[in-house]
Amino acid sequence: MSANAAAEYTSYLGGGDTLKSWLTTLDHKRIAVLYLISITLFFLIGGVAAAVIRLELVTYAGDFVTAETYNKTFSLHGIVMVWFFLIPSIPATLGNFLIPLMVGARDLAFPRLNLASWYLYTVGGIFTIGMVIAGGVDTGWTFYTPFSTMFSNTYVVAAVIGVFIVGFSTIFTGINFIVTIHKMRAPGLTWFRLPMFVWANYATSAIMVLATPVLAMTLTLVAVERIFQIGIFDPALGGDPLLFQHLFWFYSHPAVYIMVLPAMGVASELIACFSRNPIFGYRFMAYSVMAIAVLGFLVWGHHMFVSGQSVYAGMMFSLFSFVVAIPSAIKVFNWTATLYKGSISFEAPMLYALGFVFLFMIGGLTGIVVAALALDVHLTDTYFVIAHFHYIMVGGSVMAYLGGIHFWWPKMTGKMYSEMWGRVAAVLIFVGFNVTFFPQFLLGYLGMPRRYHEYPEALEVLNVISSGGAVILTLGYLLPLVYLLWSLRYGRIAGGNPWEAKGLEWQTSSPPAKHNFKETPVVTEEAYAYSPYKV
Amino acid sequence: MSDKHTAVAEQFDDPEQEYHAATLGMWVFLATEVLFFGVLFASYAVSRFNYPEAFAEASRHTDIVLGTISTGVLLTSGFTMALAVRSAKLGRDKAIIGFLVLTILLAIAFLFIEGTEYYQAYGEQLIPAFNFMYEGAHEKPVELFFFLYFLMTGMHAVHVTIGILIMAAIAIMAGRRRFTSYYYTPVELTGLYWAFVDIVWIFLYPLFYLVART
Ligand code: HEM
Ligand SMILES: [Cu+2]
Repeated sequence: MSANAAAEYTSYLGGGDTLKSWLTTLDHKRIAVLYLISITLFFLIGGVAAAVIRLELVTYAGDFVTAETYNKTFSLHGIVMVWFFLIPSIPATLGNFLIPLMVGARDLAFPRLNLASWYLYTVGGIFTIGMVIAGGVDTGWTFYTPFSTMFSNTYVVAAVIGVFIVGFSTIFTGINFIVTIHKMRAPGLTWFRLPMFVWANYATSAIMVLATPVLAMTLTLVAVERIFQIGIFDPALGGDPLLFQHLFWFYSHPAVYIMVLPAMGVASELIACFSRNPIFGYRFMAYSVMAIAVLGFLVWGHHMFVSGQSVYAGMMFSLFSFVVAIPSAIKVFNWTATLYKGSISFEAPMLYALGFVFLFMIGGLTGIVVAALALDVHLTDTYFVIAHFHYIMVGGSVMAYLGGIHFWWPKMTGKMYSEMWGRVAAVLIFVGFNVTFFPQFLLGYLGMPRRYHEYPEALEVLNVISSGGAVILTLGYLLPLVYLLWSLRYGRIAGGNPWEAKGLEWQTSSPPAKHNFKETPVVTEEAYAYSPYKV
Repeated sequence: MSDKHTAVAEQFDDPEQEYHAATLGMWVFLATEVLFFGVLFASYAVSRFNYPEAFAEASRHTDIVLGTISTGVLLTSGFTMALAVRSAKLGRDKAIIGFLVLTILLAIAFLFIEGTEYYQAYGEQLIPAFNFMYEGAHEKPVELFFFLYFLMTGMHAVHVTIGILIMAAIAIMAGRRRFTSYYYTPVELTGLYWAFVDIVWIFLYPLFYLVART
């Protein structure tokens, strides 16, 4: 091998290890790693806030933090977890790393835009941290007007700017993915040969591109209204507070699909690989992903059942919400069917994937409960809702995210982690999660409202159980941080394809070279060409 | 051809792929822009639905003559922009520059007229949060109207200004002979962007100047 050729084969991690080479990189894989690091930091910040919340709620009296601090804590928790963790997590890390590999391209279509996205994310993060240092914000992550525009005495504008900026990072990522998936697929890679992960990110990108601008403009209006005391949301100024809720949820409901669709994509990859089966009903899976993305835009009003919108609007939104459940149910059914008669092995990533399916199912079923107009009138703004969305977002998305990290870690780093610890962490998280959040369904049913720092004494037992579960959950979340970092140094060499998985990303070295493939691969097979019934 | 656009960016296989990617990227970007403005249009719709008379009354304070002239100026600039793209297709560098400069001048004229209108509004004390003073029953809704007026035309003006900067950059590139009749993607994309700016205005014009006349 000539010196020149050898240089080409150094991985994207080798060659140029200075800070500058990282901060100016245009390589999608390095940008993915940058995201991975910053997103992990934000998860920790959001996690500390969660810990404070659960600590306060151990006793029924408001004795650990003041009401005001409590409000700022759950606002911080919500803002960070939604905008700085869940929305970017899978697309910006795994998506960034894998989409070009999975479509057989050398990079994303617009590498500079990609780097700019990461910088925007970082700058938005700095605003948010700055907002916290300055004194925090108490509006909750939803910034409901007129509280946020007229009454809150906290740093609403700084928080809004942070979210606004990170929104643009999301939009740019979406544009990049859409163009890459459309225009840069390797020869032979037709749409219906794409891995589900790519489909999922494609649908997600469509939502990112179409929903995020609405949020950005809406938040701009909040800031303007707050700064200049004129505006269109505050009734005292002639405005319409329902308008805010419509615009906000027009973004924020689809946003939950930004969080969960990529997770579904990850789960499909993992389940197919570790049951050695092609995804059952591949086309239906692809159609469902797109259907969810489209229908997701029609159901925002289920967040507004008690807002004063018309009863008929409420009924329509309730109906549409049931309809979205159909494609979601198709997905669960097809994962189950893929597992059926597969030769299943329970490696760590698979445990996460199975955990995802289970928790997503509970989250989805309780979603139907809160989508029913009459039931939601009772359950709205109680801990039932908190439990529901944590099952979807934490149980679903975070589980899949961790599963994906474990599955592609050898690809990203070239190293294997300890399988045993991987499994231990997966089980801990699953157990800790259920102990934390299942009691919250009961609490909500019994009428415990969200966003209060004290509650009736009778509800203390369930709250103590929930906080105890949070301790286990925290332990589970911290473990991967330890053994994954450990693997970087001491892990055994992974080799190109440690799981014997199908998919283009496994056909190149681990970690991949700078431009991914020695030569552009030509695709001749359908996706998931695992042969069933034999290993 | 060699010093012209032969260096395809590393991630692409060929210039054709690059062209298609860039064009799709621009369309998707414009889709986000539509939704960005969409919020303002929705806000306008709701506010006007709530206060139809006040909005009609307020719109009598905008200058229909200047508004119509500026609309004409902007639409003309759309035409000269189209000619610039056509010149690029034909590979005529000088003509590209000429039409771009013309478009820029028209855009500046548009901004100038709009500035005049803003100045008039200032004189009539119609700028919300700054010097708004309005006697009459509909004070708050009229303020709302002008809030939307300044926000929406202001956002549009920002887009016009960005367009001017882009066109200037493209003109310089044309001066350096970056384009050929095979490669003129940036000119074409600028044309798309400018068409978008035009279209937004076509919606703004009736909403702010013609309300009282409908
Ligand atoms: C891993 C990701 C997590 C995400 C994405 C997440 C997300 C959220 C969001 C969006 C809210 C709504 C805040 C609001 O009401 O405005 C929330 C509230 C809450 N979260 Fe989390 N959370 C996560 C983890 C946790 C964990 C691990 C715990 C506990 C151990 C926790 C406990 C809570 C509690 C108690 C509330 C309710 C605050 C209130 O009363 O409004 N969260 N979370
Ligand atoms: Cu929703």
